[in-house]
This record gives sequence, C-alpha cells and structure tokens, in this order.
Amino acid sequence: MLTNARSQLRILARDPILLALVGVIFVSILVFVVYPLAMVFIASFQERGVWTLDHYGLLAERKLYRNALANSLSVGALVGLFGVVIGYVAAFVLTRLDVPFKKLLHLITILPIISPPFVSAVSILFLFGFNGLITKQLMGLQDFSIYGFHGVVLSQVFTFAPIAYLSLRGVLASISPTLEDAALNIGASRWQTFWKVTFPLTLPGIASAFLIVFIESLADFGNPLVLAGAAFPMLAPQAYLEITGSFNLPRGAMLAVILIIPSITAFAIQRYWLSKRQYVTVTGKPTASTSKIVSDPVKWLLYAFVLLFALIVVAFYTVIVVGAITKVWGFDYTLTLAHFAYVFNVGFKTVTDTLIIALITTPISGLFGMLVAFLVVRRNFPGKSAMEFGSILSYAVPGTVVGIGYILAFNSYPLILTGTLTILVLCFLFRYVPVGIQSGIAVLRQIDPSIEEAAQNLGASSLTTFRKVTLPLIAPAFFSGLVYAFVRAMTAISAAIFLVSANWNLMTVQILNQVGSGRLGVAAAYSILVILIVLVAIGVINAFVNRMTRHTNMVRF
Amino acid sequence: MAEAVVIRELNKQFASPDAPERTVHAVRSVNLTVEPGQLVTLLGPSGCGKTTLLRMIAGFEEPTSGDIMFGERRMNNVAPNRRDAAMVFQSYAIFPHLSVYENVVFGLRLKGLSASEIKAKADRILEITGLTAMQKRSPNQLSGGQQQRVALARAIVMEPRVLLFDEPLSNLDAKLRETMRVEIRELQQRLGITSLYVTHDQIEAMSISDQIVVMNGGVVEQIGSPREVYARPASRFVADFIGKANFVKGKVVPGGVEISGKHFTLANPTTKPDGTNVELVLRPEAISLSDESGIFAATVKRAMFLGNVAEYLLDVEGLGEWLVDVSNPGERGLFQQGSRVFASPSQASLHVLP
Repeated sequence: MLTNARSQLRILARDPILLALVGVIFVSILVFVVYPLAMVFIASFQERGVWTLDHYGLLAERKLYRNALANSLSVGALVGLFGVVIGYVAAFVLTRLDVPFKKLLHLITILPIISPPFVSAVSILFLFGFNGLITKQLMGLQDFSIYGFHGVVLSQVFTFAPIAYLSLRGVLASISPTLEDAALNIGASRWQTFWKVTFPLTLPGIASAFLIVFIESLADFGNPLVLAGAAFPMLAPQAYLEITGSFNLPRGAMLAVILIIPSITAFAIQRYWLSKRQYVTVTGKPTASTSKIVSDPVKWLLYAFVLLFALIVVAFYTVIVVGAITKVWGFDYTLTLAHFAYVFNVGFKTVTDTLIIALITTPISGLFGMLVAFLVVRRNFPGKSAMEFGSILSYAVPGTVVGIGYILAFNSYPLILTGTLTILVLCFLFRYVPVGIQSGIAVLRQIDPSIEEAAQNLGASSLTTFRKVTLPLIAPAFFSGLVYAFVRAMTAISAAIFLVSANWNLMTVQILNQVGSGRLGVAAAYSILVILIVLVAIGVINAFVNRMTRHTNMVRF
Repeated sequence: MAEAVVIRELNKQFASPDAPERTVHAVRSVNLTVEPGQLVTLLGPSGCGKTTLLRMIAGFEEPTSGDIMFGERRMNNVAPNRRDAAMVFQSYAIFPHLSVYENVVFGLRLKGLSASEIKAKADRILEITGLTAMQKRSPNQLSGGQQQRVALARAIVMEPRVLLFDEPLSNLDAKLRETMRVEIRELQQRLGITSLYVTHDQIEAMSISDQIVVMNGGVVEQIGSPREVYARPASRFVADFIGKANFVKGKVVPGGVEISGKHFTLANPTTKPDGTNVELVLRPEAISLSDESGIFAATVKRAMFLGNVAEYLLDVEGLGEWLVDVSNPGERGLFQQGSRVFASPSQASLHVLP
C-alpha cells in the first residue's frame, strides 16, 4: 500500500497549507502527548540514570502502595456502580417518562459537571466534617470521621454520576419506544419488556458508562486529596505526594504507570469493544412516544429518586453559598463578605491567571479539535488513524500521569517550559481537546461530504472550505468543544497542580490550599466565582456560535 | 470560451474496501473527447466507473495513470478548487447554513469579483433558474426541485470551462425529472458550456446528450450519438442496457442475413464474410404483428396493456422468445394470451452485433 500512501501524499501536496498543518499536528502530538508519557515510563524504570526494576519491587514490599492500588480500584468500581444506577434511573425518567420539570431536573443533574472538583468535597466537609452541620450540630456526633473510603465514594458519586447520566441519556434516547410497544403488543408484561428488551438494548451503554465513571474515578485527584485522609492512601494523590512531599520522581512515575494500566484497559474496552456493540438506531426522527413499561406507582417512585438526587445537588450548592457568606461555619453564621474580599484582595492574581489561561486555551482547543476531526474524517493521509489515536490518548490517561510527564519532559533541554504560561496552556490543550475531536468526528460523519466538495469545486481552498463550510456545519460540536475546553481549564487540577508556579497559579489550586489550611469559607467563595465565570462563559460561547451559524435549524443531507 | 475535454488512457485502481490486498480496477483505459460546447453523458449501471471518472475530472479522485486535459492544459495535478469545472452534485450539496443567494454567490466571492459584478451575475442566474423570489430563503425551506435549481444556478453562475453533472435528477420524482432535464439541456445549449453528465437512466441520457458514453465494468463499451447507440449498439451489453432488445441468431449470406431460413437485407451491411454465424439485435417496436399473415409464426405467451403500448411476449417458432411492443393498443385491440400470430421484423432496424 506504499503506492496508496504516496498518492495520498501527492493529493495533499496540492494543498501545501494542509500538508504543513498535518505535519504540525503530528509533531505536536508526538511532543506534547507521546513524549511526556514515554518520559513517565522511562523515569519509572530508572534510578539516577541506571535502569532498574526496584521501584516496581516496592509494590510488593510496601503495604502503602499495595493499599493505594486496591483502594483506588475498589473506590472506582463502587463509584462506577452507584454512578450507573443513579445515571440510569435519571436518564430513564428524564427521557422516557411523562413527568413534570424535566428540563429543570436535567440542568440540576448535570450541574456538578461544570463545577470545580472541590465543590462536593467542601460541601461534604461542611455537612459531615468535624464541625459538620449534620454530623455534629444536628446529630451531635463527636467522633465521626468523614475521611476515608465512604467520604471519597460519596463525593465521587456526586461528582461523576452526572457523567453516567449524560452518557446513558444518549443511549436511552436513541432506543425507539416502538420496540417496547412491540413487545407489549405481542403479550409481554411490563416487567418482561424491561428485562428482555429495554435492558439488554442498553446493556452495552451501561457497561460503557460504568467504565467511563471508573476511569474518571481512578483519575480523580481533588476528592481523594481532601477526603481520603492519611489512613486511606489512593494512587493519584499518593503519586503527587511522592513527588511534592518526598521529591521522589521515579517513585511517583512508578505509581503513575500503575495508575495508567487500569485506565487504559478500561478505555480500550470501552472504545474498541463496547462502542461497536451499541444498538443505537439513529433514524433522525425524534422519538416522541413515552414509555409505557412502568406503572404509575413505579413511575413516581423513580421520579422521587431523581428528585432526591437533584435535591442533594441543590443542597450541596446551597451549603457552598452559605459557607461563602458566613463567618465561621459551625460556630458563627453571621453574614459576611470577608471571604470574597480575601479572594479579590489577596488572591485576585490567581483569578486573572486562570482566566487568561482559559481564554487562551479555549479558542485554540476548539479550532484544533475541529481541524483534527476534519482531517481525520475528510482527508486521506498516511498515519491518519495514528493521528486520531494520538489525539485522544491523553483523554484516557489520568491527569496526574500527564502532570508528572510534563514536568519530566519539559524541565530540561531542549524544551524548558516549567513555570510558564505555555506549559499550562499546552497541557490543557492536549488534555481536553479529545472531547472536541470526538464530537466533531461524530457530527462530521453525518454530513454529506459532497457539501464540502461543492465548496472546493467552486474554488475554495481546503482552509477556506473548513472555515466557511465545515466549521459552521459542525457548530454544535464546535460549541461543545469550546465549552468543554473552557470548563476544564477553569476546573482542572490533577495535571495542573504539578505545573503551577508563583507566576502562574490556578483557582482550583487555591481552593485546595484554602481547604488544606482550613479556610473553607474562602474555598467556597473561590468555588462560587469559578461557577459564575463558567456560566457566563457558556452563555457567551453560545451567543458566539449562534451568530456564526445564522441558519441554525439546518438540514442534514 | 468553451473548451474540449480530452481523456487519454485514464485508469483508476484502488484497494478494495473489503479486502485491502485486492485492487479494484474502477476505470480502465478510458479514451474520450468532448468537443467544445457539447453535452456528453456517461451512462451505465451502478458500479460501472462513471462517477469515478467524473470525480477524477473534477479532481476529487486521483487517476492511477492517464491524462485529463481541458483544452491544451493537463489537469491531473491541478487541485479541485483550481479546475474551474463546476459540478452539480447528486445530493445537491447545498450549503445548509447559507441562504439561496449566498449559495449562488459563494464561488463568485471566492473569485474576488467586485460586489456589483457579483450582484449582476447572481441576479441574472436567479432569473434564469426562476429563483429570484426565493433568494433569501434558507435551503431547508425549498422543495427538492427548487434545491436542484439552486445547485444548478450555483454551478452555472461560475461560467466554468467545464460543467459536471453527477446524477443530478436522481432524487426527483418522475414528472419533475422530465421537466428539469429539458431545462438543463436548454440552459447548457444557450450558454454553450462543455458538459459531462453522469446518469444511469438511459431515457435521460438519450434525451439530453450530443454523445453518449456507455460504460460497463470500468470500460467504455461504446461512444456515439443517442441514435447510434440505440440503432447500432456495439455490444450485447449496450443493446440490452439501452432500451429493450431481442437477440436473434442468424447467418451472413450474400446481400444480407438469413434468419431461420428467411432472407433479410441489411440497412448497414456487415463486414463479416458470408457464412459467419452472427447475433442480431431486433428492437421490440420494430416488429409488427398480424393474425393473418407475416414472416414468423408465433404464439402469444403473455400480453400486457401499458396504455401507450401493448407489450407481448411471443414464443416464435424455432427462434425462442421475443418481446414485441405494439403502439396504440387502445384503438387496435389486444391479442389474447395463447392466440396464434405472425411476427414480421422490419428490415431497416435489424442490426448485426460486431
């Protein structure tokens, strides 16, 4: 197939800008995705420049590391299970049943996705901590500790169930209710219809949602760092502590490699095995019919469950708001703006830093994602699938690993970037662009390629075609890519915590520091500020993308 | 400004989608000349390579070997956006995010024409295609026929050197298809743009073409005017694909052919030597039926009344089954199934397959 590759290159060479772009993308994926990962592997097998397996030997020797692995895996599995149950019920109720306030409940349910990683952890401390509203003040418990297994699981379920919900929502919405009608029609009971038709059809989606939550949980850094406590080691924070606490890079790298293995495995299963087994029937017609397979009592029972989750979400956010405007939680509930004053006086540089980084990252990430999606779907060139794989690789790799990789890779010749704005932007760009790429690919595959050929045929170069035709057509994906990039730049912590410096610091890191030093009120104030900025940004991006595509109710050929 | 399109020894091979180690030879050694201002159709069943050929001319596919010339210029290495060969796509490929007017001026704007020039050209083409009243509409507010016109206007407004049509009417209903093909032909002749037109519909090809290129399995079977390919098909495939055909065995004799002992004089004498066994094409409408007298005795196996014609399947003694079309059956009445008839081929339309 060498002739094929040559012919593909020849076609590409007719469009020199395109050829250059493909080259640049390849090189940047190699340098900013593959190279840092390779450095983590290399570092984990070396001690002062000598190859060794000693670090991995520690896994057998030290109970701490074994426990960290076991704890991370068991928390991941349990959070995956709870997350899928909550997500499935919520998705079923909000897509298939005729119940009031669906839109509002949907928005409340996905709210945790856009908030910084510590909102739930801080809320849990407010409610169940040593001065917790529920544990101490209402129940009068003196020796209850939220730290450990249950605290982390609680916090992560709250953080990641919305992700399972979104994923399962897509799965349930794409299954035609006619199938259920057909089963009922030929004499199946409601219960049989659910277990024999609906459930099996959604099973691959359930497995997929479970693995996504499992991966997120393994990679999660913020919740364990705040809530795990010293007696309950977990992989991601342990790797961080090895590096920042004991300055032992190789050991941190070793733990990072241990962390990668289950993540990549779960990712590979989810992506290459499960995704091909999804029974998604895209008919293009919205499925208007509501499900008849639940009786009224069951319907309201499920609805109550969804309401309860939504109420907990609201409660958590209320607690954060109250915590941010009262003096000392648990002792003195006098209203005060002192925490916000602290944020604006002492910590305001962090706010501007974070904003600058997010504002630089977002457009680059959005465009880059759509460009890669465009190239992968619409152009042929050697190494295309390698480009797609490389570009989504960093999505499967836990942030902690990426962070360690970046300090290993860019702390020395030839690329010294540590401590700069550039390293944070690059890290966010390559870490969060996969979501934009994947949604771009999905949308683009549904658009008739001859629309773009028509543009070329009328004299548009590849780049003009991309700018004037492709980009407006994939506006929904562009929008989600932009929003995701911005939200993540505002809320990320796991990789970024290795890369911040006195010059460039992030609000999330500040929140963590404030929690660490017991100033929960300030942490809450920071969190609220992050949420507000994210909400405003989503509105602005939405308006911008809408303006870009005036004929928004477009036809798909 | 019209230019000839010359295709020389054009080949296209690509890896088979199901078995990458196998190559598919989609277009084989195609030679073709389209004279300036002519409309030539590429006609053939699906998978015959006609669309691949058109896409190579547009620049969307890379030929494996051979030349594509517009006039004196070799186009093989010219990018699709620099070929000046506007195309009307099968799916219309209208930009859904742009209005009708914006679709039409898309290419003109890229050419860098002045605003007044763009406006003048667009107004004229919208007028010609009858879209003036709906130029502000979004494409999803248009019917299929109107979308078709937008696609046509968008291509023609470019005043391209070559106009390419990729089954432009296949998504329209039968009535609209007939109107549109007349419109396309009239426009093309009025503007005198050299055009290539891909279709699998033989009636469409016959009705609009100066020349028809019949393709099968990547190979050109015949090039000729509609009359030529119909009356003098170069192969059994062409005879069968274009219209309906009866194939009759015969023998070359001095001054004509002999079929089942009967002598026929040929309008186009064959070059084959006397005594050669040949296959002849006999069109169903070139056979007359009578219940009294005629050349071959036959039995009616099936009779169908189709309105404008009656279609019979005959069992002709010693010659097998023939299809026969008799026009105006409403007036003449129908032969019943099982009745004995006489079938008489018209000498002028007998054609010996090479």
